[in-house]
Amino acid sequence: MKRFIGFLIKEFYHIFRDRRTMLILFGMPAVQVLLFGFVITNEIHDAKIAVLDQSNDPATQRITRMITASGFFNLSELLHSDNEIEAVFRKGQVKEVIVFGPDFEKRLMKTGHADIQIIADASDMNTAMLLSSYTTGIIANYQKELNAGKAPPVEIHTGVRMLYNEELRGVYMFVPGIMALILMLVSAMMTSISITREKESGTMEVLLVSPLRPTQIIFGKVTPYLLLSFVNACTIILLGTTVFGMPIQGSLTFLLFESLLFIFLSLALGIFISTVAKTQQVAMFISMIGLMLPTIILSGFIFPIENMPAVLRYLSAVMPARWYIVIVKGIMLKGSGIEALWKETLYLVSLTLFFMVASIRKLKIRLE
Amino acid sequence: MRTIRFIIQKEFVQIFRNRTMIPIIFLMPVFQMVLLAYAATLEMKNIDFVVVDHDLSSSSRALTARFQGSPFYTFQGYTPSLPQALEAVEADKADLVLVIPPDFDHDLYKEGRGSLQLLISAINGVAAGMTEGYSRSIVLDYNRSLLPAGASAEVEMQRISVLTRYWYNPALNYKTYMVPGILVVLVTVIGMFLTSLNLVREKEMGTIEQINVTPVKKYHFIAGKLIPFWLIALFDLAFGLTIGKLLFDIPIEGSLLLLFGAASVYLLVVLGLGLLFSTFAETQQQVMFINFFFMLVFIMMSGIFTSVESMPGWARELNRINPFFYFMRIIRMILLKGSTLSDIWPEVRSLAIYALFVLTMAVLRYRKTT
Repeated sequence: MKRFIGFLIKEFYHIFRDRRTMLILFGMPAVQVLLFGFVITNEIHDAKIAVLDQSNDPATQRITRMITASGFFNLSELLHSDNEIEAVFRKGQVKEVIVFGPDFEKRLMKTGHADIQIIADASDMNTAMLLSSYTTGIIANYQKELNAGKAPPVEIHTGVRMLYNEELRGVYMFVPGIMALILMLVSAMMTSISITREKESGTMEVLLVSPLRPTQIIFGKVTPYLLLSFVNACTIILLGTTVFGMPIQGSLTFLLFESLLFIFLSLALGIFISTVAKTQQVAMFISMIGLMLPTIILSGFIFPIENMPAVLRYLSAVMPARWYIVIVKGIMLKGSGIEALWKETLYLVSLTLFFMVASIRKLKIRLE
Repeated sequence: MRTIRFIIQKEFVQIFRNRTMIPIIFLMPVFQMVLLAYAATLEMKNIDFVVVDHDLSSSSRALTARFQGSPFYTFQGYTPSLPQALEAVEADKADLVLVIPPDFDHDLYKEGRGSLQLLISAINGVAAGMTEGYSRSIVLDYNRSLLPAGASAEVEMQRISVLTRYWYNPALNYKTYMVPGILVVLVTVIGMFLTSLNLVREKEMGTIEQINVTPVKKYHFIAGKLIPFWLIALFDLAFGLTIGKLLFDIPIEGSLLLLFGAASVYLLVVLGLGLLFSTFAETQQQVMFINFFFMLVFIMMSGIFTSVESMPGWARELNRINPFFYFMRIIRMILLKGSTLSDIWPEVRSLAIYALFVLTMAVLRYRKTT
């Protein structure tokens, strides 16, 4: 035990000696949560649009004013003919063109019916869909204003309540996601690199001939990172709750416990990678390129899992980050406890055990 | 010129000697692109919903049937009360609860006014917004079917119909939109990491000192380090595009020559940044974390997953130093819109200035003495 503690202290020195890496490791989660928390919203601001108004009568002017006054849009150009639409899109600044046909108001008054065409640049699809739905909403408001006092004979009123996130804020989705991403990648990268590094520089040999058992070496390497990542997890939770007002409906202790479990899992994955990789470069590419995009895309961080084809749903079920995100959202937003999340927790525990056992079995105590 | 050629030759030998790296460099990006293209979709294809029907009338059943009939919705059953429905939402068994109050049918036929409530799990705000939109349109359709036949009922109302057209991707195909984006991310990550790791590795191994004592000039060395990875990244891009075209039939409206021209400028920026970062680091671990930090910021702010229009003004200003942001626009503009050089000129110019700046910095920062 004394030997192990000695080894542990050596590892701590190793890591904390490197100020630059320390700065990045502790600074990164904070900067990223702050940056993305403010940047990623679901609301549009000042999107550039153009209007092609072939009637230019009071009604179309009123609609245009309503649209520009909403604060979502910024009228950047007035077009005069159909041909200009293509050109304005090609330049890429304007994302939507609103087209009023000729005699808009006259038609609206006489026949009670008029058309507006919205043309959105769907080469940037997310934006296109957002913009067109905002515009449609504003036009619907105008229509309501026109028909104030009149009502159709049968009308169903639909009340909508957004559960857990009434204002549809992006941080609610984003904080759990970035937490999973950073903890997973940082932990996996750090361990896999520090072990392959010993291999590459030949110092692994020195460690192996020491009286320390291989499992002790591994645990000694992992412990400092466990602590470091745990501090990161706390930073993210702290910023999420204080700066962005994320609630913690459930128990904080439980959340911290689950985070610790997830960090442990990621470290175990890192060890496993290091048993496969011979050089730091390979270890990095596997843990970075192999994990980054799949963690962003397949974990339900941004894209809902229900929409994926069956094969990918199964694949996503293997991703540890997915279950961690479910757990974090459950505890923070829904106030779930262990009785609702035991299955996810059990999966994380067994995956951790699997990686541990597999790496200990694969760990070569003799050199080739 | 000959010196550079020898350095390049040395680099290639070193890269291809490491057998485990070859599949990582060439196959992993394309494999990921294909796989992830299927996952990166916001189309709501499978909205699980439960119904709390307090009315149990023909109208409430007819409305429920409308939801059941939609291909986007999966009916998960009736729940007798609201708390039980919310439990289903909490357990992730349902994303939407449709609550039909008692007397729905009665109110609708006697007074012409009905009301109902939709509860949507809104942790993912974008998905919740789309669920709301779909659901409202189903209710609206049902509402319309209840109106007396003929237009008589509506004639006093002034109606404006909104016709939405989506140019350049009329079917709103997510793959067309995501495949180029994912490809750019992968090519960039590979290029940037390979370059920066390579230089730091020489530092760590001590071999850089051997090069420092040779008459190789600074810019020779930087050029010799840059060109191999530049070629590899361009090759990856071409390979990925070919697969994307064959598998997903992504449109290529503009000129490929222009695309690769812009890509080569863009890659100079990316690789230059990799080199620049490596001059700040002593170990591979350090440089990797620097890379990781910038990479994540670049990706998340580039508009690949979220709309740039939804960012606050200062963030859009910040995007001026995000090479990703420029190239994401360029590749989508060329592939989907067929933009020409004059359309993308502002972006290309920014990238060119950026490349010049970054490379100069890298050459200046690299010292032959330690």
